[in-house]
Amino acid sequence: MAFFQMEGVSKRYGGVSALQNASLSVEMGRIHAILGENGAGKSTLIKVMSGVVTPDEGRMIMEGREVQFASPAAANRAGIACIFQELSLLPDLSVADNISISNPPKHFGLIDRKAQRRIAEEALARAGGPDIHPLTLVKDLPLSRRQIVEIAKALARKPRILILDEATSALAAADVEKVYTVLKRLRSERLALLYISHRMQEIAELADDCTVFRNGRNIATYRAGTKSDNEVVELMIGREYSHVFPPKPDVGRQETPILLEASGLSWTSRIKDISFRVRAGEVVGLGGLDGQGQRELLLALFGVLRGLSGEIRIEGKPVSVASPHRAKASDLGMALIPEDRKTEGLMLPMSVRDNLSFAALGRLSHFGVIDRDVENTAVADMIRLLAIRADGTDIPVGSLSGGNQQKVLIAKWLMITPRIILLNDPTRGIDVGTKQEFYKLLRQLADAGRAIIFYSTDYAELIGCCDRVLVLYGGAIKRELVGKEITERALVSSALNIGRQAEEAGEKSVAAR
Amino acid sequence: MRDWRYHVGENRDTLLAFAVFLIMFGIYTGNHPAGFTANVVTTAANKGVILALVAMAQTAVVLTAGIDLSVGMIFLLANCLASWIVVGSPGMTALGLLGVLLVGLLCGAINGLVVIFGRLQPIVTTIATGAVYFGLALFLRPVPGGDVNSELADSLTGQLPGGIPASLVVLFLIILTIWLPFRRSEIGRAVYAVGSSEAAAYMSGVPVRKAKFVAYCLSGLFAAMGGLFLTFFTYSGEASAANGGAYTLYSIAAVVLGGISLFGGKGSVIGAVFGALMFRTIGDLLFVFDLEPLWQPLFQGVVLLLAVSLGSLRLFQIRNRLDLFG
Repeated sequence: MAFFQMEGVSKRYGGVSALQNASLSVEMGRIHAILGENGAGKSTLIKVMSGVVTPDEGRMIMEGREVQFASPAAANRAGIACIFQELSLLPDLSVADNISISNPPKHFGLIDRKAQRRIAEEALARAGGPDIHPLTLVKDLPLSRRQIVEIAKALARKPRILILDEATSALAAADVEKVYTVLKRLRSERLALLYISHRMQEIAELADDCTVFRNGRNIATYRAGTKSDNEVVELMIGREYSHVFPPKPDVGRQETPILLEASGLSWTSRIKDISFRVRAGEVVGLGGLDGQGQRELLLALFGVLRGLSGEIRIEGKPVSVASPHRAKASDLGMALIPEDRKTEGLMLPMSVRDNLSFAALGRLSHFGVIDRDVENTAVADMIRLLAIRADGTDIPVGSLSGGNQQKVLIAKWLMITPRIILLNDPTRGIDVGTKQEFYKLLRQLADAGRAIIFYSTDYAELIGCCDRVLVLYGGAIKRELVGKEITERALVSSALNIGRQAEEAGEKSVAAR
Repeated sequence: MRDWRYHVGENRDTLLAFAVFLIMFGIYTGNHPAGFTANVVTTAANKGVILALVAMAQTAVVLTAGIDLSVGMIFLLANCLASWIVVGSPGMTALGLLGVLLVGLLCGAINGLVVIFGRLQPIVTTIATGAVYFGLALFLRPVPGGDVNSELADSLTGQLPGGIPASLVVLFLIILTIWLPFRRSEIGRAVYAVGSSEAAAYMSGVPVRKAKFVAYCLSGLFAAMGGLFLTFFTYSGEASAANGGAYTLYSIAAVVLGGISLFGGKGSVIGAVFGALMFRTIGDLLFVFDLEPLWQPLFQGVVLLLAVSLGSLRLFQIRNRLDLFG
């Protein structure tokens, strides 16, 4: 009997299944790695385990007894501590305060600061950060030190299962080594560790067991080291395709002029020396795992980031894009369709008409007064072009369906007739029908001579829509895939940064079959 | 041990407020015709303590990243109620005091419940409840009047042997018996956690709702104490909307001057106390330098604007412009 078991766990968000009949068993004194590509169900799995979400179906068994967690606190009490990707530290409180935030030591009903300090020092030492002063405020620590505090905080709860979700993604190499040592020691102290990471080297170094997730199901569990990188990629791919993509034009568009060219773009530690070109009529995808700098790259092009170094050229002329307002000006002609339509894209309580006109108001006005006739014509054109289904243009955009909201968002930017269109994961959370319309539109825009940069977390979309794909890893372009090279295998293995060998080996084995 | 440096760092803004106040108060008494005498200090202390208590009320809510626009009205309601019930024999007076404090606590509790369970923004909630509390105050005292146990009032606004202002001692005791234990309790920690990052607090298993509720209750309680002191000072109750509004705004000013972050999670009521004393001294300074009293709002406004600007210096460090709006 395993120490902790999950059986038949399912979780749906709206119509989308995040987990389907998933099972997992975790043993004490072992490090269990969870693998899978974007959207395979890994995050939902640990959210269920740590009490953040309740599953729709299935059960969890710990030490032979069935358990249910109504809140993160309940999971904590049962001995499950989780270190999330987004840090859960309180920036204005001291390290010691943070470490014992959920269960501070008390003395006559008040927090015993001496005991708290002792706990903090002990936990920090165990977590590999004995040099961190317990009285420092968390906001004064660099990101990599905060991660150590986060581990210390989890350890101070005396967990028996410790879940680490991308725990090393923010760490510098020297700190990663320390974390490895800590994790190995915890394993020898009979803790069960669940380790989620995209770095294959880490998994090879640390894991005892591995489980691969795909489409919300656990596909395979195996002992670490018994499968090659190539076999692992094989297990991770094989998504079910349910989209229909318009045909791509044949290659041979080298003749078209280069619209956008970036060279040596760098920004803090999130973007590292990125250079690329996009020709008119091209759809260039951004691939890679979520959070490898794709979003920042789009923001950089659109003038949102301060202190960006490197050069951006439009039609060969160097330009400096100081703000989104500048980016959309007609001589640059850029549009960014943001990822979160509710906060960065639309003004939900305002009408469909107003939302459509926002970006293009300058073009619809004479001497600062909006010309209603011009506006109405333009709005009607867009509604027809994108087939937006709305009961008139005066209803609030928030009352439309998700798919139609997304169409309004795209139409809003098409109103300025942009030459360069940046898309940040635009199909997230919209229905299949709307997706298909969107893919068709994307190709139409490209054929009309626009340059398109398309970031998507769905590999199928990159394969189906893009002429080229730039795969990012750790803020840098690791690989460029062109035309027929864009396959799921290539995308996954370059996203994991395990190089071409695995892929070539895979092709040989396929050929041998 | 380098601990003291962290302790100083943590209380830097409070210490700064204290230092600035000392300098201003030094200038004030140095130029006062009567000089640094017990009477000058006591009068300044009494006016300061009233605002300090309202500012403490504001602090409790601001620490959770909220704002309480009803503190001035709870303060007035307590004043009007006290002018009815804090009278008579020592026993009656004691019951009256308790009654006023309970009403303050209740007002704060209502604010808290509406904010937590109604999921309304604190600013809207407290404008509405503030109007209700003012309505009640007006009902109690349609015209200014009433009375208060004058022995109690005189002893609390007078001087102790040695010329120490009694009101300051009471304020000190309130901080010692209510604030310091609160600051060191689990729920006090939770209040700071909620203000610092509500999502992280929730994910850490901190009782978010309870923390907010206690913060609003504490706010009501402090505001009622301020109302009691106003009654001791004026010997009467008056439901003046202008007064209530002014105290609400001044309390926010004092909070900012006292180094408490309006984004929540940072600061201490002790800072608010010095902020309040500072704000009062600004007005007094104009008096000793024989400037037109009409200039007082302008002068206070300029000082406040400068203080707030200091707090926004961090915006220059932001690298992603989207964070400016977050």
